[in-house]
Amino acid sequence: MQAIDARNLTKSFGDLVAVDGISFSIASGEIFGLLGPNGAGKTTTISMLSTMQKPTSGTATVNGHDVVTREDDVRKSIGIVFQDQSLDEELTAYENMDFHGRLYRIGGEERRRRIGELLALVGLADRKDDLVKTYSGGMRRRLEIARGLLHEPKVLFLDEPTLGLDPQTRNHLWEYIARLNNEKGITIILTTHYMEEADRLCDRIAIVDRGTIVALDTAENLKHSIGGDVVTITSPDPDKIADLLTAPWVSGIERHDGSVTVRLQEADRHIPGIVTAIHQSGIGINSLSVRKPTLEDVFLHYTGKTIRDEEADGKETIRMFQRARRR
Amino acid sequence: MDIVYTIWLRNVKRYLRSKSRIVGSLGMPLFFMLVLGFGLNSIVRIPGMEEGYLEFIIPGIVAMSVLFTSVFSGIQIIWDKQFGFLKETLVAPVSRLEIMIGQTLGGATTAVIQGLILMVFALFIGLQPAGITGFLVAVGFMALIGVTFTAFGIAIASRMEDMHGFQLIMNFVIFPIFGLSGALFPINSLPGWLRPLTLADPLTYGVEGIRYGLSGTAQVHPLASLAVMAACAVLMTVAGAYLFRKIQT
Repeated sequence: MQAIDARNLTKSFGDLVAVDGISFSIASGEIFGLLGPNGAGKTTTISMLSTMQKPTSGTATVNGHDVVTREDDVRKSIGIVFQDQSLDEELTAYENMDFHGRLYRIGGEERRRRIGELLALVGLADRKDDLVKTYSGGMRRRLEIARGLLHEPKVLFLDEPTLGLDPQTRNHLWEYIARLNNEKGITIILTTHYMEEADRLCDRIAIVDRGTIVALDTAENLKHSIGGDVVTITSPDPDKIADLLTAPWVSGIERHDGSVTVRLQEADRHIPGIVTAIHQSGIGINSLSVRKPTLEDVFLHYTGKTIRDEEADGKETIRMFQRARRR
Repeated sequence: MDIVYTIWLRNVKRYLRSKSRIVGSLGMPLFFMLVLGFGLNSIVRIPGMEEGYLEFIIPGIVAMSVLFTSVFSGIQIIWDKQFGFLKETLVAPVSRLEIMIGQTLGGATTAVIQGLILMVFALFIGLQPAGITGFLVAVGFMALIGVTFTAFGIAIASRMEDMHGFQLIMNFVIFPIFGLSGALFPINSLPGWLRPLTLADPLTYGVEGIRYGLSGTAQVHPLASLAVMAACAVLMTVAGAYLFRKIQT
């Protein structure tokens, strides 16, 4: 069975189309990533799938339940960790869990047992009676994940699960998430703007930009799809270099400010030829690097921008602002 | 019912844990009680009442304390919204009505506790309880004020984005509601133009009800007070529930 099936999901806020006809489906047991810059529409997509917002048009089912007509069935079968913290800081970790368990109508004995287990799973058992306001960012995140699992959801939504956490904590969380998926078979859909996170965790990745999915595949296939290795040459005259490299083994050339990105199979073999050719034309080279493609290159390839560029973009800032205000 | 209890429990726990809030919100009512009560006790005579002014305003100040605490409890939903906790509640498979009722009862409970603390203080400065029945009548009215104004706070919070508007609500809604009620003066001796305003103020009936319970005399018949307060509690709860249903996170 498909855990999630979205068809032409669209959400607009006035003139702004935050999510523009997104379609995808996620198999049971998969870890699925929505990768894109802030304001790309990832959180809005999650909000619609988790019944927090109604789609403007299109349909989606989660665990076979329609997100609009079977709201409560969807809610019972999903767990969600929001991008922004959603704990009560004045309560202890145990009380936060207990509150959640009661809301999902888990009986007393069962509730206590599961809370104990989950707090142990995320390594918070010995701090369970401390107020959440004394917790660090990483501990809070782990608590939220434990809470999201308390009612044994089939699908877990993680909206930017490691945003603002230090690298070590991030690594820990990745291990937890992978283990949950492995041991409990929970389907996980996560949003992120960290390439590395998507690369390490996700079985399949949808690259989202400006409300649409521009590419969707496994990390491996996405990297292959853009045509082999990446050679970046910075030079005072990048345009000429681009004109020069017309050999059939060059599968793609992109010009940027002050540099050229060349894609080709088996770059190691062709580098000497490239350097010689540029040299003979009398063009200077400031630097040259060769590497395997990353998701960042994939993103650049499909959107023409790096994620960081995108985030600095003025329009995106306005989107973010509007999103912040709606909160 | 479990859900209502869960939300109620969280509210009460939070309240009991915030010692500074409990003490802080006792400050103004105590100040009013002491300064106005003792200050005006010797020069103000209430026509038709045996007691002095101090005994007269104690029920009014108790009502004031319940009023402020409950409005504040209701408006706290904005904090839940800003700190993100509201989402956790709203994404659960429970109805918004249950959440709203739980919040209302939680707020009303904390408001009643606050009023009771004040009553204990009042015992030391001259409150002479009229007996257990009267006390229960007073608590009943306090609960009705609590429900009415917590629901009112929730209704307002459902429409407000952040706490910036809070001052506005306090100054132009809550203080007039307190000032116009018969908390500080007997409504029978008001000038003709002011009387309708006072009678239109739901808190007037709450104050009169508490006063009836505590001192055995009131200027509005207690059953009339009860009917008006009960109706207000139901109406505000319905209005609050309606607005809360549309709350956006």
